Amino acid sequence: MRDLIKSALAITWKDLYAEWRTKQVFSTMLIFSGLVIVTFSFAFDPTNNTIRAVIPGMIWVITIFAGILGLNRSFISEQYNDSLHGLIVSPIDPSSIYFGKFLSNFIIVLFVQMITIPLLFILFDYKMNGNILLFLLVLFLGSAGFICVGTFLAALSANSRSSEMLLPIILFPVISPIVIAAVQSTRILLIDVEEIESLFSWISLMAGYDLLFFVFCFFLFEFIMEV
Amino acid sequence: MHRSLIWILIILMSVALYLVFIWSPIEKVMGNVQKIFYFHVGSAWVAFLAFGVVFVYSILFLMKRKRSYDMIAGISAEIGVLFTAIVLTTGPIWGRSAWNTWWTWEPRLTTTFILFFLYLAYIFIRRMDGAWEKKARLAAVFGIISFIDVPIVFMAIRWWNSKLHPIVFGDAPNQSGGGIEGEMLVTLLFCLGVITLLYIVLLQKGIYIERTKLAVENVKKNIQEKLMK
Amino acid sequence: MIKTVTLNKTIAEKTILNDINITVNQGETIGILGPNGAGKSTILKIIGGLMKPSFGHVMIDNIPVKENNLEIKKKIGFLAHNSYLYEHLSPVENLTFFGKLYQVNQLEYKVKELIREVGLQFFMNEPVRSFSRGMIQRLAIVRAIVHDPSILILDEPHTGLDQQASRILNELILKKKEQKTTILMVTHDLAQAIETCDRFILMKKGVIIDDFVLENKNVHQLKEIYLRQVG
Ligand SMILES: Nc1ncnc2c1ncn2[C@@H]1O[C@H](COP(=O)(O)OP(=O)(O)OP(=O)(O)O)[C@@H](O)[C@H]1O
Ligand SMILES: [Mg+2]
Repeated sequence: MRDLIKSALAITWKDLYAEWRTKQVFSTMLIFSGLVIVTFSFAFDPTNNTIRAVIPGMIWVITIFAGILGLNRSFISEQYNDSLHGLIVSPIDPSSIYFGKFLSNFIIVLFVQMITIPLLFILFDYKMNGNILLFLLVLFLGSAGFICVGTFLAALSANSRSSEMLLPIILFPVISPIVIAAVQSTRILLIDVEEIESLFSWISLMAGYDLLFFVFCFFLFEFIMEV
Repeated sequence: MHRSLIWILIILMSVALYLVFIWSPIEKVMGNVQKIFYFHVGSAWVAFLAFGVVFVYSILFLMKRKRSYDMIAGISAEIGVLFTAIVLTTGPIWGRSAWNTWWTWEPRLTTTFILFFLYLAYIFIRRMDGAWEKKARLAAVFGIISFIDVPIVFMAIRWWNSKLHPIVFGDAPNQSGGGIEGEMLVTLLFCLGVITLLYIVLLQKGIYIERTKLAVENVKKNIQEKLMK
Repeated sequence: MIKTVTLNKTIAEKTILNDINITVNQGETIGILGPNGAGKSTILKIIGGLMKPSFGHVMIDNIPVKENNLEIKKKIGFLAHNSYLYEHLSPVENLTFFGKLYQVNQLEYKVKELIREVGLQFFMNEPVRSFSRGMIQRLAIVRAIVHDPSILILDEPHTGLDQQASRILNELILKKKEQKTTILMVTHDLAQAIETCDRFILMKKGVIIDDFVLENKNVHQLKEIYLRQVG
């Protein structure tokens, strides 16, 4: 188990380092999020008061669409020089590849959220007055569930020549519960604070989803890593 | 065996049609439209059954790596998608007369909607390029993941739905008519049986077609090899 | 010691390997020869743990290789057609990463030493992206031996190497041979093969057609046998 985490961290570190060197994925995700925000401002009149109602949805639309860009790269980048095969022949558990990739994708998405969500609040003139800690927890759980399944299915779709097209198609239906739960709990926190008691059932749904899918993906990953 | 099953199916199907359209009473509130309910529920049942079969054979495939297991899973998914499509078309027809709108985001219908996309995704994975071993393995993994997703999808949608519309629509379609009559229940159960048989026949047919395809491919390959020599 | 027991591999109903039985003793250096598409790389992939056989199994040190035996994987060094290197990382970073996965001791020192050995010390911190084919191959070779494997699997290691690098590689292989490393090498270059290997396995269309020892280092004799058997 310790070896598993160690090699997973080595993979995470390698990915994040390569990303830090090139900043390719991160900057693409940021620019994309910015463009989505601008498009939203055209679609929904930002001076109108009803704009508040769509902010929770916007947060998750940005996260998921930007996240998919990163997920797509995550395993395609292992295909130059067949470096994924290098990981398969090395003495590590296949699950540690999953865990390592999960962590690096998760960290990148959290960073993107750290920039885009405040930006969204500023541009749409939204004043946050809910519980910040709970909000962060919701962001954390929602993104974790999305990346958990996303990393797994990115590895799966990387086997296809048209993986960029395949990934969204297979990912969206599977993550629909986490999207519902994340949007609903964000809505409760940001807008309908009076429904706070139902927040906890949404949070527990997300936590349950995260746990269940993490375990399944973790153990099924070795079947994806066969050549 | 297959032949006789088809004949039995045809006979039972006519009986089912008789039961649905002539024998069973006309529902008081909705009238004739209610008859679609038998097909709607039957299709939904077969869709779930088909996806259960996908799940089981996906696990079996990952353990035993037999091509026939993969074949059964694949065909079952295709049949399942077909029947979810039927559910998704009969649902709105029903909804139109029960709730006066074509589409409601009613949890069961919405879950079926997601289910439709889930197994469409499964079929997309099967249509990937490459050797069948790879496609079968990846599809099996997705078959497992998507099946465990279904109850969670249903739960999430039901919660979401009850938050959106505090007044829950008739929880099950039959409640809107206020209780189900004995004859209706008999007809429904009979329909469920017949439609399950239809599923089995379709599955057999599908396997037969797949096997024939494989045989043709093998013959083609052998001829090619002979010509090469 | 490596032993393959009735290895069979079929991909998409196509037989790629057919009943392969090889026994390789500790410290032997084997050259696997054969035309393109004979299945040479496939054998190496199966022994190296990258691919599963459809039937049969591999024994390494008298233990049947079950799925994912980490201890056995640690003993194997695998150089495939592709380098497995990361384009955006430098040689040092690449080797350090793989060294970590193989849990190599004194990694930092070792990485520098290996890079020097293949003459890449001046490019130590350049990203691999800017390397030439031969430089990548040199680095790929040291990537495969960063953990001092006791079994070394080389798939066409000489491709893209210049004279000097080929010599370095051969010396490296001979040094490993002295340390009783078992070496399996696929190559199309008979002259390079004869420099390092003692035993040769000829393959054609997924079957072994010859298996012989040749210690006199006579290229012409090897060529003759190859042409006679493979045609
Ligand atoms: N993933 C695959 N899908 C289908 N066929 C494959 C696959 N991998 C290999 N093959 C087939 O297996 C056969 C053997 O391939 P292999 O790579 O082992 O040949 P090789 O002896 O290494 O050839 P070369 O000298 O060109 O490297 C080839 O006919 C090839 O077409
Ligand atoms: Mg080869």
